[in-house]
Amino acid sequence: MSSTMSATTGSARRDVSSAEQQSTAAISLVGVSKAYESRSGDSVLAVDHIDLTINQGEFFSMLGPSGCGKTTTLRMIGGFEEPTGGQVLLYGDDVTDTPPNRRDVNMVFQSYALFPHMDIFANVAFGLRRAKVAKAEIATRVNEALELVELGGMGKRKPNQLSGGQQQRVALARALVNRPRALLLDEPLGALDLKLRQTMQIELKRIQREVGITFVYVTHDQGEALTMSDRIAVMNGGHIEQLGPPKEIYERPATRFTAGFIGTSNILEGTVERMDGGLAVLTMPGEGRVLVPVNGSVIGEHIELTVRPEKITVCAEPPENGCALPGTITEVVYLGTSTNFTVTAADGTEMVAYVQNAVSADTDLDRGDRVWLCWPPEHGYALGGSGNPS
Amino acid sequence: MTTLAPPRETAPSTTQPARRRKPRRKGRLLHVYTWLILLWMFLPIVVMAAFGFNNTHSRYNFTWQGFTLHWWQNLFAIPNLTGSLVNSFTIAIIVTLFSVILGTPMGMALGRYRFRGHGTTDFVLFANIAAPEIGLGAALLSLYIAMGLPRGYWTIVIAHIMFCIPFVAITVRARMSGFDLSLEEAARDLGAGPLTTFRLVTLPMIIPGVIAGALLSFALSIDDFIITEFTAGQTLTFPLWIWGASRLGIPPQADVMGTIIFVVGALLALISGLLLRKRD
Amino acid sequence: MRHRLATALTPYALIFPGGLWIAIFFVIPIVAMLSLSTMSGNLLTGFSQTFDFGNYANVLSLYHTQFIRSVIYGVIATVAVVVISYPMAYWISLYGGARKPTYLFLLLLPFFVTFVLRTLSWEFLLSDQGLLLGPLHNLGLVPQDFHIMATSFAVISGLTYYSVPFMVLPIYVALERINREVLEAASDLYANKVQTFLKVVLPLSLPGVFAGVLLTFVPVTSDYVSAQILGGTGQVMIGNVIETLYITNSEYPQASALSFILMAALLLGIFGYAKALGTEDVLEVSAA
Repeated sequence: MSSTMSATTGSARRDVSSAEQQSTAAISLVGVSKAYESRSGDSVLAVDHIDLTINQGEFFSMLGPSGCGKTTTLRMIGGFEEPTGGQVLLYGDDVTDTPPNRRDVNMVFQSYALFPHMDIFANVAFGLRRAKVAKAEIATRVNEALELVELGGMGKRKPNQLSGGQQQRVALARALVNRPRALLLDEPLGALDLKLRQTMQIELKRIQREVGITFVYVTHDQGEALTMSDRIAVMNGGHIEQLGPPKEIYERPATRFTAGFIGTSNILEGTVERMDGGLAVLTMPGEGRVLVPVNGSVIGEHIELTVRPEKITVCAEPPENGCALPGTITEVVYLGTSTNFTVTAADGTEMVAYVQNAVSADTDLDRGDRVWLCWPPEHGYALGGSGNPS
Repeated sequence: MTTLAPPRETAPSTTQPARRRKPRRKGRLLHVYTWLILLWMFLPIVVMAAFGFNNTHSRYNFTWQGFTLHWWQNLFAIPNLTGSLVNSFTIAIIVTLFSVILGTPMGMALGRYRFRGHGTTDFVLFANIAAPEIGLGAALLSLYIAMGLPRGYWTIVIAHIMFCIPFVAITVRARMSGFDLSLEEAARDLGAGPLTTFRLVTLPMIIPGVIAGALLSFALSIDDFIITEFTAGQTLTFPLWIWGASRLGIPPQADVMGTIIFVVGALLALISGLLLRKRD
Repeated sequence: MRHRLATALTPYALIFPGGLWIAIFFVIPIVAMLSLSTMSGNLLTGFSQTFDFGNYANVLSLYHTQFIRSVIYGVIATVAVVVISYPMAYWISLYGGARKPTYLFLLLLPFFVTFVLRTLSWEFLLSDQGLLLGPLHNLGLVPQDFHIMATSFAVISGLTYYSVPFMVLPIYVALERINREVLEAASDLYANKVQTFLKVVLPLSLPGVFAGVLLTFVPVTSDYVSAQILGGTGQVMIGNVIETLYITNSEYPQASALSFILMAALLLGIFGYAKALGTEDVLEVSAA
């Protein structure tokens, strides 16, 4: 399943590969855009011609910084915003003009949006009652849903009597009880403290697997997205920077933005001096020897590459083979399981290395020491779509 | 828990062509309704303004007899009327001043502190606002009679201050509840004494509430009728003059004055609203 | 230690000046009115305290018709105001968008013209030769003896007109408090517009309606301006009676007794009403 990278185009949208097309498409967005009139009168594209397909039973996340368009996209899937262009399809049906109360998807809102004047049972039963489900069946399903989120027996309480985490679970039950085709979640864990958030992440994943529903999840927390998702769409400025499974997003970022947004990245720039098999040997601004795997490059080409900090070791002397970059340690942070080194190269570039304290915590390395950062060439990753002329 | 799983999916149908975008109704009917109600609200004002231009020859300003600016030019031709207007203005200014001075500290106290008597004060203010004007007026008149106090200009002022203070207090108090106490603590931490903190931190934050309360006071006072009638004795304010003249016919000057007060008040409110918006 | 005392005393110091004024000119007058109500005499011979509670029974038997009429007018007008105001508050809150302040401003603008003058304009508008009936009479669309002036309808219309802003505002405030995502959730859970309104919006806006009723019923029931200007002898309200007794007749004891009965009845009603809801809420909403 090789993916092509176009070094010449500005954005790096991934086309849906053939393997994915064989699974059932639950939600499709075709050229979807959302434009707003700004104060000064010109239109702002919150969502810029997005194409994506979400598969049945998938845990799909949209990840990006504030304002990237992820929530707007989610709301368009739910029907709370009307696209100014493009179509929204649900299992092949065009639902672009369908209002939310007639779409077979349900949303878990960021503020939970529980009905404050109704008790928990009535909240969860709301959708079923509107759908005219029989009374006996409503009772069974509501209790089942509450059991699923481990709130059985809380039916009589009012929302303001519950904690944030409990309210969040009620919101989840209220959506799931309707057996929607897909569940939309708008940063549902944002208001919870760390411990609770981590617990809920596991819970959500468990529920999703158990029930088998498609989850469309919006978050700005990349750790969360990486932990929970089957696939992630990284968004920025209204378009998709990269779409793929977490491992691919992390190990093979397509653009500088993705590399910087996901995890910590060291980004280096250099010019191709010569080729050595599948590796390009780069001339770096300072000293050092950097090789990086490329898919065919020309001499003189400007390359950006990224190296993850955990792939780098800190050495006193440069090794025989592999990449090596000299610099001075400017910061040492001891974290128990690892030590983080911030090393500044001769030309001022700052790099970060995470070294596991696997063997011994006794390093003689200190601030001000001159060291070499070393890594195997195959752990470097050349970025596409930097926008630089080839 | 497979009962929550969605029903089996059939094979996906082919993509349908994009449907024509139907604009979702944006509450058109209610929009029109709102405007109708607003028009209803303004109807008597339009009538009043129009009659300020009526070239009427009789005492009764009832039928349209042509357009004239005569009344605008001879606005102060009726001494009693002019005098009553002056009274209304001066009373309103004095009342605003005093109710702000007396009411603002009350609002601050109620908004910030917990103290014994908080509930009682709340209740009294509430009773004052909710009580019928005729009751307030009658009660004050009873006091004046019992004290043998002759009714006039100053008894009006006293009465107006009495019913304006709660409005100022509540407006300021509402402003206080959004007030972040840690700002004051920060000022103290940076060396400011209590008076300085009040001057530089607290006061600027509550000023919008104070201004709103002041405007409210002014408007309430200048237009008040019921309480004024009971406490005025022979003194006349603008509304009282109108009331007295209503049986005999309202001269167009009164309509003109009403129009002027309206326009000035509207402009003031507009300006202060814009100013307050900028501050926030 | 001094500082502690100063802080503890601050709220009392702040309350004192205003509180004193209100105590002297609001609380004490009520006592004065009570005292006046049990006196005997008249303007010529002077008044003296005789603790004669007979005044109360006397005025009740004389004026109970007007009392009942006032309550009836009050109820009708209040109901009318709720029905008229709610849709407007609803539209402004849910559809007003950036223009909300403008609509509220326009709503309050008429208050800059004194109530008396506005009611007199209504007298013109509703009179037989006025803007409304004049043309209708001339066109022969209504019978010659049809009039609006001096009817209950005219008085209640006047009362309703006056109260609309006092009802729109509290309802608006309550509607604003509703989390918009809750409305979206209702739609997400298959409710159409009507169902969302009945099941979610209306229940959550009721505190605003209650506050508005409070701010409407009391002034309307105790009003006399509308009745005087727009009504005739068949529309005399209790406020008119009190005004006449005080201002025209100087029958102070009787007037005080009647006034006290009115105040007590209304205040008791308010008190019970507010207790049921919680004073805090109503104060907040009415301060908007």
